[in-house]
Amino acid sequence: MHSFGYRANALLTFAVTILAFICAIASFSDNLNTPTPTSTVQVLNINRFQKKPDGDDEVSMTFNISANLQSLFTWNTKQVFVFLAAEYETPKNSLNQVSLWDGIIPSKEHAEFWIHTTNKYRFIDQGSNLRGRNFNLTLHWHVMPKTGKMFADKLVMTGYRLPQAYR
Amino acid sequence: MDWQGQKLAEQLMQIILVAFAVVAFLTGYVLGSFRMMLLIYAGGVVLTTLITVPNWPFFNRHPLKWLDPSEAAKHPKPQAAAATTSKKKATKK
Repeated sequence: MHSFGYRANALLTFAVTILAFICAIASFSDNLNTPTPTSTVQVLNINRFQKKPDGDDEVSMTFNISANLQSLFTWNTKQVFVFLAAEYETPKNSLNQVSLWDGIIPSKEHAEFWIHTTNKYRFIDQGSNLRGRNFNLTLHWHVMPKTGKMFADKLVMTGYRLPQAYR
Repeated sequence: MDWQGQKLAEQLMQIILVAFAVVAFLTGYVLGSFRMMLLIYAGGVVLTTLITVPNWPFFNRHPLKWLDPSEAAKHPKPQAAAATTSKKKATKK
């Protein structure tokens, strides 16, 4: 500690080390949060259901997504990335997951929402297996922190079914 | 800065930084504001820099007693030979 430069360096190093500790504890405090998210999705209409020229089925649908993800937010949350995926089984694949819509929730105030939309991303099968197919709509979310660990979870909503015939 | 001052500077630095870190974290957690935590801590770092880095007078309260130059000239540095060492010991105050 005999010179200005020595003390300045020691202080800076120690300050940054302690900052790392504070951030680690802040991230750990996210584990104390017990989220209780809710969501429902209503499929309003199947707009288009065709077999494409290359042989794959494609669906276009309009749905209402209503969700309350406010309990996911903590003091250490930067934003929540949320997406809705259609999940179903075919003879070829035991699990297919197709993302239909996604969004970024920047703050707790925006986390209770209701949206009426067609699918943002195309719902295309690997093959022609969608007629009469039962599928789940699963809402996935990633809670992105300001510092530290990211938490991801999902909510499965069952009971959806595609029409027997093309439209 | 003298030796005692250096020790004091180091202790002050460690204690004040840790104290501000604890206060910053608790305040941020209770208020639910990450930004508040960082602001309080940054303030603490600046304050600690102002207290411990510059060579303040209170760090020099136990100054080292360096030997006066004219006195030092009378006591040349010991040679490798033992005879000179014993002669030096006899003439020291």
